[in-house]
This record gives sequence, C-alpha cells and structure tokens, in this order.
Amino acid sequence: MQHSTTQDTLVGLFVVTGIAALFYMALQVSNLGTYTGRDSYTVYAQFRNSGGLKVRSPVSMAGVRIGRVAAITLDRDSHESLVEMHIEAQYDNLPIDSSASIYTAGLLGEQYVSIEPGGSADYLQNKSRIDIVSSAIVLEQMIGKFMLNKAEGK
Amino acid sequence: MTNLLETLGKTTRASFAKIGRGTFFLIHTLTGLRDMLPRPNLLVRQMYSVGVLSFLIIVISGLFVGMVLGLQGYYILSDFGAEESLGVMVAASLVRELGPVVTALLFAGRAGSALTAEIGLMKATEQLSGMEMMAVDPVNRIISPRFLAGFLSMPLLAAMFSALGVMGGHLVGVGMLGVDDGAFWSQMQNNIDFKDDIINGVIKSVVFGFVVTWIALFEGYDAIPTAEGVSRATTRTVVNSAFAILGLDFILTALMFGDI
Amino acid sequence: MANAARSTQALVCIRNLTFLRGQRKIFDDISLAIERGKITAIMGPSGTGKTTLLKLIGGQLAPNQGSVFVDDQNVHQLKNRELYTLRKRIGMLFQSGALLTDMNVFDNVAFPLREHTHLPESMIRSLVLMKLNAVGLRGARELMPNELSGGMARRVALARAIALDPMMILYDEPFTGQDPISMGVLVHLIKSLNATLGLTSVIVSHDVQETAAIADYIYVLSEGKIVGQGTPQQLADSDSPWVSQFIKGEADGPVPYHYPANDYLDDLLCVRRYP
Repeated sequence: MQHSTTQDTLVGLFVVTGIAALFYMALQVSNLGTYTGRDSYTVYAQFRNSGGLKVRSPVSMAGVRIGRVAAITLDRDSHESLVEMHIEAQYDNLPIDSSASIYTAGLLGEQYVSIEPGGSADYLQNKSRIDIVSSAIVLEQMIGKFMLNKAEGK
Repeated sequence: MTNLLETLGKTTRASFAKIGRGTFFLIHTLTGLRDMLPRPNLLVRQMYSVGVLSFLIIVISGLFVGMVLGLQGYYILSDFGAEESLGVMVAASLVRELGPVVTALLFAGRAGSALTAEIGLMKATEQLSGMEMMAVDPVNRIISPRFLAGFLSMPLLAAMFSALGVMGGHLVGVGMLGVDDGAFWSQMQNNIDFKDDIINGVIKSVVFGFVVTWIALFEGYDAIPTAEGVSRATTRTVVNSAFAILGLDFILTALMFGDI
Repeated sequence: MANAARSTQALVCIRNLTFLRGQRKIFDDISLAIERGKITAIMGPSGTGKTTLLKLIGGQLAPNQGSVFVDDQNVHQLKNRELYTLRKRIGMLFQSGALLTDMNVFDNVAFPLREHTHLPESMIRSLVLMKLNAVGLRGARELMPNELSGGMARRVALARAIALDPMMILYDEPFTGQDPISMGVLVHLIKSLNATLGLTSVIVSHDVQETAAIADYIYVLSEGKIVGQGTPQQLADSDSPWVSQFIKGEADGPVPYHYPANDYLDDLLCVRRYP
C-alpha cells in the first residue's frame, strides 16, 4: 500500500483538532479551568436553611467571585446545613467577623453565597467558621408568610 | 391465524439469530484488533475515510446548531431577564445531548452508511471471500481497522461539534444579540461541570461510536451479496443506528444525570 | 470405485461428500480425486454447485457428511491456523476476479506477499513484476481494478493467485463472459502455468470446448451426483445420455428443462398446494 503523506497529515490534523476541541470543552466551557491548580483554604458556615445552594455554587464578595461551595452537609446535632467553602488563597484577608448570606441571582437564577466583610483586623484562617449568617430566602415560605400576614391583618 | 403466529415465530427467531451472529462478529472484530497493533497505517487510512471525510459536515452542523440554540435560547431567556444564562443553556444542551446525539446521527448517515455499502460491496464482489482464500482473515484485515477508526473518530467529532456549537452560540448571543461576554462565559463555567457534563458527554459519544460502527460493519458483513441486499443493509444501518443512539441516549442520560 | 485406486497420488481427495443448502441436496454422496500436476475439470450445468465444491475444498464451507482431504490433511478438521497455512498454498481465481477495488493492480498482486511475508519492498517489486509479466500485464500495474476489462481483471487475479507460488490453483468459471481472444489467452495461461510452475489445477466450468482442450481429466456433475468421468476423449465417446446431453448442449434430456414444479395444468388453474 503506497499511502500518501497528505492522508497522514490530514489524519494527524484531524486527531489534533479533535483533541484540541476536547481541551477547549474542558478548559473554556466547563469549570475545570476555573479551579485547577489554584490554592484555596476552607471556611465553614452554618445556615438554618441552605435552600437551593449546590456544590460548586459560587462564593462571592462585593460581586466578585472568590471561591466555591465544596460540600453541603447536615449537622447532626443542630439539624442545620453546614456549608464548606473553598476560598482562593489570594483572598486571605477576609475579616473574621464577616457575614455570609445566601442570595439568588435574579428572580429565578442560581443561588450563591455572598460574604460581607466585617471590621475586624483578624482574618479568617483555614478551617475557621463564619458565625454571622443569614439563610436562603425560600420563595414559598415568603409567599406563605405574606399570605398569613394579609389574612391576620384583615 | 396460525400463519401469523408462524411468521411471528420465524421473525423472532431470525432476529435472535442475527443478534447472535452480531455478537460473534463483534468478538471476532475485537480479537482482530490485536493483529492491527504492528500495522498503524491500516488505521490511518480508515481514520481518513471515517473521520476526516466526516469533518466538514460535523463542523458546519455544529456551528449552525449552536447559532440556532443561541437565537432560540435568547428569545426564551430574555422573557425572564436571564439572558446571561445563555452560555449555560447553549453549552449544557450541546455537551450533554446535542453534541453526542446529533454527531452520532450524522456519523451514522455519513460514515456508517458508507462503511456498510463498502463492506457489502466487497462481499458481493467476492473480495472478502477472495481474501479468505488468500489466507487473510477479512475480519482482521478489513473490519477491525474500520471499527477502531470509527470508535476513535466519534468522540473527537462530537467534541468538535460541541466546541463549534459553543462558538456559534457565542457568535449569535454575544456578537449579534449583545449578551455580556463575561457573563456568557462565567455563567457557563460555573454551571458546566467537568466530570458531570464533559466526561459524561464524552462517554456517551464513545458508546455511540462503538455501537454505530458495530452496526454499520455488521450490516455490511451480513448483507445479502446483491445490489438490493446491500442497499437494504445500508438503510438498515441508518435506521437501526438511529434507534440505538436514541434508546441508548435515554438509558445513559438516566444513569448519568437522573435519579431513576 | 475407480476413485479409490487413483487416490494414492491424489492431491485432493473427496470422500462421500454430502452438502445441503436448506432442504436441497447440492451434493449427494460424491467421491472424486484430483491428481497432482494435472489439470482436472469439474463440469456441469449452472446451479449444480460447482463453485460450492471449490469452497468446500478451500474450507470456506463445511460439508454435512463426508470429508475433503487436501495434501493428506482433512480440511474440515484443521484448526483455523492450520487451515490458513494450507490456504497459503492454494490459489483461487474467482469468477469476478475479486480484486481489491481500493488498490491498483500492483498492490493487488503484492497483497498476499505483503500479508504473509516480510520481504523487503524491492524484492516484492521484483516478484510482482515477474508475476505480472507472466500474465502479460506488467504495463498495467498502475491501473485501478475498475479500469480493467473483465479478461484483464481475471489475469491480474491469476497473477495474484500465483504470487505465493501455490501448489494448487482453483479456477472458478475462468472462461465465462470472455471474448474469444481473452478466452484464448486464459486457456493458454492456465495450460502453460500448470506446466511451468508444476501446479495442480482444478477448473470448474461449463464451457465444454475450452475446458476439454486443456483438461487431463473431467468429472461431469448433475443433480448432486457425478454422472460421468474420464479423459476428454473418453467423455466424447461416452454413450451415457447425461454426458452426451451436456457435451452436445441439448436443451432437454436427463437434465430436465424445467425446475421442479407443481403440475403445470394445476398451476395454471390456480390449484394451490402448500408444501
């Protein structure tokens, strides 16, 4: 079989393009590129209700994304939601009295953790815990309360 | 009535016999891969006809599917004021479903039918039989390289399809409709998970590549060696591949993403 | 039978072979022997399974009963590997030529050499050109199979069949559909290759004149049985009605004109008969 170098080249080009597309999907489209290789430290916060928060939801401060949710577990004693967050190492100066809230981006958007900086000179360390929290706003509960208030007010 | 039952019985039996033959054929093909290792040039030739020649249709389809997704998605999302989620919508539909499924359907139509026709004609013109008499196992020599080429090409083609689709969605969404570029990408990156979405999409395309190539090669190998037999086999390849792709897609999706 | 005595020096020896296709008996308990170094022809009307017989000899089909010995090996009891070793020593010329359509003439002839030997490319080139020269097509080496006439394709296939210097060549209908010149060329080639390469040739054919001209021994098949055998001369002198019908090409005779069917009158009157 005399086979042409053009064919070899085209096949090589094809394979390289395919692998490049795979990398593109992994790095540009998915979250892989956002985290890998970056150092982070862990911070905990305990919420009465973490609502629709999911693993990998963003953690942001002043609208800037500084980390992500790593795990959400139920605390056995308090029956509250314990959220483990990975904060990127470059943001190592979050005051220890910062507060964490769960907000929703837009009316129907995804939920995320927002951290409001406090005034302390001490900073959050690895494995430290944010004590001031406000839980997720659950739309159904709000509507329920609103209806109840209306009914009572009447 | 008895005739109906008899026909039904015969058809059922024939189907099982065919599945059996197909399984033996697959095993034979897979064992034939071993003989290919020292002869990579056989693979290169088939990668050319299976992969490279499917490149254009996949790339163009991917681009247009992405552009349509961008357009349709924008109109729906803008009703909810959630245009920033366009990137997620486009990427998630492409990576999870459209990439692997549409690529596999196009692949069955472009490469699968060509494989069936080629093998069927080789059978009809006694080339396979001739090879056997030359003491060359036609499955090892003809089928196995084509199988490997199809199996390897499919995930690459699906990745190209999805990548081009995302670019098409970006072109329409950001370039033409004015969605914020940063939001497009960051929302996408926040919501598309490497393991859950990308890897699962690749697994799907690998499975589809395996099944479509198997069906195409087996239909060709099992074809009645006449012009009509080959043309019917080619049709069966496309139809059966489509059924297999869509059925498997449901099963795989349920396993990967669902809680069923 | 006469066969038994001849089988000692036979290269191919078929004993009590029965082969069924569905319910139809293609071969019914036939025995024959093919001598070394000779040209043996197997003749008979179309549809008597002559090609099937070649496939049985080559081990592509398995008989329902009986055995086929090639060079003292029972073809159908060989392991796959042994069967392939045996096939390297058998060349087969298919009716269509069976050239690989994605390669040119040169690569087609080189195919068995490249598959089975590890010869350097320069030696393969010399061998291929020698084989092509033997069939007179050295100048056509760059052509693709679809550019060849039927006769040329068959000659290329013949060059390929002798590429590995086999001990035996099986010819499947080598003369069918050839113009007189190609036919003459093929007749001459088969004869001269057999003599110069010391081959054993088996020709399956229904072209009486050409086959009789070169065959050393002829078997005539009909309805799954051997109805006549002998040298061309003996057959020409035969008083058997089957043989004379075949040799003289008469439309009706012991080999019926009609394929087995229901009664003609019943059929016309639509009397249905389910089998």
